[in-house]
Amino acid sequence: MIAAIRKIVVQIDEVRTEMGRAVEPPTRRAVAMAVIANPYAGRFSDNLDLLTSIGEELGGLLGAKCVEALGIQPERAQSYGKAAIVGEGGELEHAAALLHPKMGATLRQAVSHGAALVPSAKKMGGLGTAIDVPLGHKEAAFVRSHFDAIEARVSDAPRANEIVVAIAVTDSGRPLPRVGGLQVHEIKGQDGLR
Amino acid sequence: MITIRRLFTHIEDIFHEFGPVVPKPLRRGAIAAVMTNPFAGRFVPDIAPFMEELKPVGLMLAKKLIAGLQCAAADIQSYGKAAIVGAAGELEHGALWHAPGGYGMREALGWKSDAVTGGGAQPGNALAIVPSTKKVAGPGATIDVPLTHLNASYIRSHLDAIEVRIPGAPAADEVAYILVMSLGPRIHERLGGLRVDEIKRWDGQR
Repeated sequence: MIAAIRKIVVQIDEVRTEMGRAVEPPTRRAVAMAVIANPYAGRFSDNLDLLTSIGEELGGLLGAKCVEALGIQPERAQSYGKAAIVGEGGELEHAAALLHPKMGATLRQAVSHGAALVPSAKKMGGLGTAIDVPLGHKEAAFVRSHFDAIEARVSDAPRANEIVVAIAVTDSGRPLPRVGGLQVHEIKGQDGLR
Repeated sequence: MITIRRLFTHIEDIFHEFGPVVPKPLRRGAIAAVMTNPFAGRFVPDIAPFMEELKPVGLMLAKKLIAGLQCAAADIQSYGKAAIVGAAGELEHGALWHAPGGYGMREALGWKSDAVTGGGAQPGNALAIVPSTKKVAGPGATIDVPLTHLNASYIRSHLDAIEVRIPGAPAADEVAYILVMSLGPRIHERLGGLRVDEIKRWDGQR
């Protein structure tokens, strides 16, 4: 393990009713967060390979944590997303190094497959900063019922030399979706979009 | 009368807090039921009977949290509880959680009532009062939930707290009832005081 992890937090959010209407089956979203040391805190580095490798590790680790927390087979995962909050001793590009080059591949393995882009968000932040992790259907980015987001936040992180890395996985779309658009049963699953 | 809108579970593993990495990470967790507040928006004098209806919620949350922590009930070392009441409610609605939340959790952790034991001091699980906090607040409010050792409140190594926050809840007409548990003491505890192996009185305190 390259990542120096201080803390891992996993949350499950299960919605059973909305505006008095039963949600059957309940929607369930998981978000797994790792608080890691930022190996490039406090200095400029052209090369960010360490963070790219850490991103590869965490895609698998946090993706598996979400699937385990949901208590599902990886094939049952429906949507996903990723995000990072960089402490003030780092720079936004550190989040990009974690999230973009290699994290997607290991996350897709953790949820068995994923043709769609993994939607993402990044920001600088202090202790307790919250980030809204975007969610999209893992096989077709245009599935409207699965456009969503879930908040990630660790109360005592990131310290200045830390980064909070979050991955979210669901086994469902929004509760009571009814704004039309591409439906799950209409997914062609060829281009990751529709 | 019980309408649960959301169940929110939070599990964390702490590997270090800038001290030596511990061989086995400290696991702590929280669970919240976001429910409709049946008394929201008006003053209801007689709310106490609702505690009876909340009893199964307390037991259910305790069991779900133990399952989420992926451990046996006997592995739990400390606990706490809390309530966040939405804006159309009053603090007293949070106080409804004391008995059903506390006793539900203690029951799930092996506590036996005086009626079963015949009363008096006894070694056993979940003898200590469950520490608590409560507040009236808006969606996404944070609450710091105290944690103390489940057999003796004065065990210094286990005096702790965990922050709980449910994004988007509670709405004005809702209340979030919360239970928290930990599988161990503070990650780098080193301040002495009463130790777990020094519990003698089995009175829930020392």
